[in-house]
Amino acid sequence: MKKLSVNRRTVLKGTTAAAAGLAMPTFFHSKAYAANFTNAPTGGSVTLGFNVPQTGAYADEGGDELRAYKLAVKHLNGEGDGGMLNTIKPLSLKGNGILGKKVAYVTGDTQTKSDAARASAKRMIEKDGALMITGGSSSGVAIATQGLCQEAGVIFMAGLTHSNDTTGKDKKRNGFRHFFNAYMSGAALAPVLKKNYGADRNAYHLTADYTWGWTQEESIKNSTEAIGWNTVNAVRTPLGAGDFSQYITPVLNSGADVLILNHYGKDMINSLTQAVQFGLRDKVVNGKDFTIVVPLYSRLMAQGAGKNVKGIFGSTNWHWSLQDAGSKAFVKSFGQEYGFPPSQAAHTCYVQTIMYADACERAGTFNPCGVVEALEGHKFDGAGNGATEYRADDHQCFKDVLVVKGNENPTSQFDILEVVEVTPRSQVEYDPKIFGGNLGACNAGKA
Amino acid sequence: MDVILLQLLNGLDKGGAYALIALGLTLTFGTLGIVNFAHGALFMLGAFCAVTVKSVLSMQMIALDPTKKTAWGTPLEIKTPYVEAWFGDFGAVLLEYSVPVSILLAIPIMLLIGVVIERGLIKHFYKRPHADQILVTFGLAIVMQEIIKAIFGANPIPQPAPEIFAGSADVGSWLGLKAGSVVYPWWRMVYLAFSAFVIAAVFCFLQFTTFGMVVRAGMADRETVGLMGIDIDRRFTIVFGLAAIVAGMAGVMYTPILSPDYHMGMDFLVLSFVVVVVGGMGSLPGAILAGFLLGILQSFASLNEVKNIFPGIDQIIIYLVAVVTLLVRPRGLMGRKGVMES
Repeated sequence: MKKLSVNRRTVLKGTTAAAAGLAMPTFFHSKAYAANFTNAPTGGSVTLGFNVPQTGAYADEGGDELRAYKLAVKHLNGEGDGGMLNTIKPLSLKGNGILGKKVAYVTGDTQTKSDAARASAKRMIEKDGALMITGGSSSGVAIATQGLCQEAGVIFMAGLTHSNDTTGKDKKRNGFRHFFNAYMSGAALAPVLKKNYGADRNAYHLTADYTWGWTQEESIKNSTEAIGWNTVNAVRTPLGAGDFSQYITPVLNSGADVLILNHYGKDMINSLTQAVQFGLRDKVVNGKDFTIVVPLYSRLMAQGAGKNVKGIFGSTNWHWSLQDAGSKAFVKSFGQEYGFPPSQAAHTCYVQTIMYADACERAGTFNPCGVVEALEGHKFDGAGNGATEYRADDHQCFKDVLVVKGNENPTSQFDILEVVEVTPRSQVEYDPKIFGGNLGACNAGKA
Repeated sequence: MDVILLQLLNGLDKGGAYALIALGLTLTFGTLGIVNFAHGALFMLGAFCAVTVKSVLSMQMIALDPTKKTAWGTPLEIKTPYVEAWFGDFGAVLLEYSVPVSILLAIPIMLLIGVVIERGLIKHFYKRPHADQILVTFGLAIVMQEIIKAIFGANPIPQPAPEIFAGSADVGSWLGLKAGSVVYPWWRMVYLAFSAFVIAAVFCFLQFTTFGMVVRAGMADRETVGLMGIDIDRRFTIVFGLAAIVAGMAGVMYTPILSPDYHMGMDFLVLSFVVVVVGGMGSLPGAILAGFLLGILQSFASLNEVKNIFPGIDQIIIYLVAVVTLLVRPRGLMGRKGVMES
């Protein structure tokens, strides 16, 4: 029998080995995330959940979002011309899916209703095994879905949602927004309005009576009052009012010389059309030509308002006529696939999908907490809005904002808006504390 | 004064739409005893007759210009409407006046739709409880709006009024007030006049024609009219078609005011039912009176001065009036004894 001999050399060897062993978990900690998280992928594919309005008032917008998502999946899987995968820098994607797994997707219909959106997101997470939920076209829907994803332990990449609350008082650690918000619209628009209409104006607001309308009214009021405008009145209108005549007629003799329509979608089309019919744009009040402002524009919606949008200022997150390499690549891919240019909703959804995939690739994991860490403070360029950053404090993307005007001489049915100014990021930035809220902790859920 | 006048005009204009829809609802209820929840969808179908006519007239010849490219690299398409290429100025006028021209299409189409609905579906529910009638007609409305959405999409489709009616009239100066103090869109005044004309025409038809006399007799006592050898069912089918025409024409003419979408009928339906209840079930003059009355009240309730005292009153005024009317006068303003009463 061999005798166990303990000497100084053996003790030193043993102590070193034990120390290395004990240090191992700490050594790997910064990059390693547990594999037991919600819907951890086990096979050769990974499923994403696209939750958009396929029915209801925003179905056309939802349809365009879905087209963009499908295009993003194609590009992620190495099909097609690659679109923005060729222009976004830095980018870790290789065109072989995400972390080598082929990207699959499931879709849901939000119907632009919070309860329907939550139910469809829940189904995609629990039944279809979706790792990430993305979509939007309404702030109420986005906020409700973001809350659900936080509870379920999956990532939520917001689509079209413009309320300050999404990354303000209702922000969540698992949620990220690429789209701009109402505060940024106000900050970008106000200097352009002052330049075109002067500092001595009286504004009358008509506001859609829900979270997005309230935050936009507040932001635009603050911005326009800061340039010297006076707010004559701010009237809340029911969502989907249809006929706005009874809200427009009091504007006629209110002393206001500017009407600000905090309306979106169908409401914007109807209120703008009716305001023009009531001759507001032909009026001269206080010695000035009466004017109308639509702070949040959407090309799809502007098409519905026809020639009434001509000359009216507003803001937008992105426009297909931009000439940077990223925008051109995306417009080319989308146009060749579908035969028409993408909307801003399509653009933001496409970018969100690509950036989620890139974050997984960089983090080396699908674990939501790893993805959150990879996205927080991440800076990139080449996606159509110049240098962009997912701010770590509130998960809001900061980038340039476009001020647009209804095109006076459109050359095609898509040429509705003309970009009049690209407002730099520095002008639309704000202290994240002003909107309150708390990101809370990341939730990876459980297997 | 100018504010009151403006809201009054608004109320009359809105009331005109309510009255036209309620008129058709009352006709079907008074004759067939059917609570037709698909009536709003008929209004919507009328509006989409205007959209269809505009789409057909706007069909374009497409020529490719290889010298110019789109942003995504395909040759630029040059589009010219066929109607302008074939008929020149007349084609351009047709396109310009597509909304009033659509009435010509809407009348036969809506008559056909009305007759098909009545003969194909509703006649099977005459002897069923009102709850069954509501369910089947509501289902029919949903089917119709989903078909329209599948064809035309979910977004509103603008239908501009002819250029000469596109602006607004200085009503204030007509009445000796300060110029520009009361301006009102021309097309809304056209709509008001149109509503008055259609209402008068329906009343004349029912009052001064033999057909109308039989229908009125049938509304009062269906059995006796039947015993006299008159096929009252066939006449009531035509009345259903007539109600569909009225709703359809109201929809066509409303398109420049409210860009049509698949859901517009539902938006009007609930309000129109309240109008019918307030006016008195089955009473045609009651429907007209209540339509205008509620339109005007809703308009005045939206005044900021009123809303500052009663916040949200503009949203509930119609229902408030309905509750008070039913409490004080359960048959509605002009309801007849025995209608909807066991």
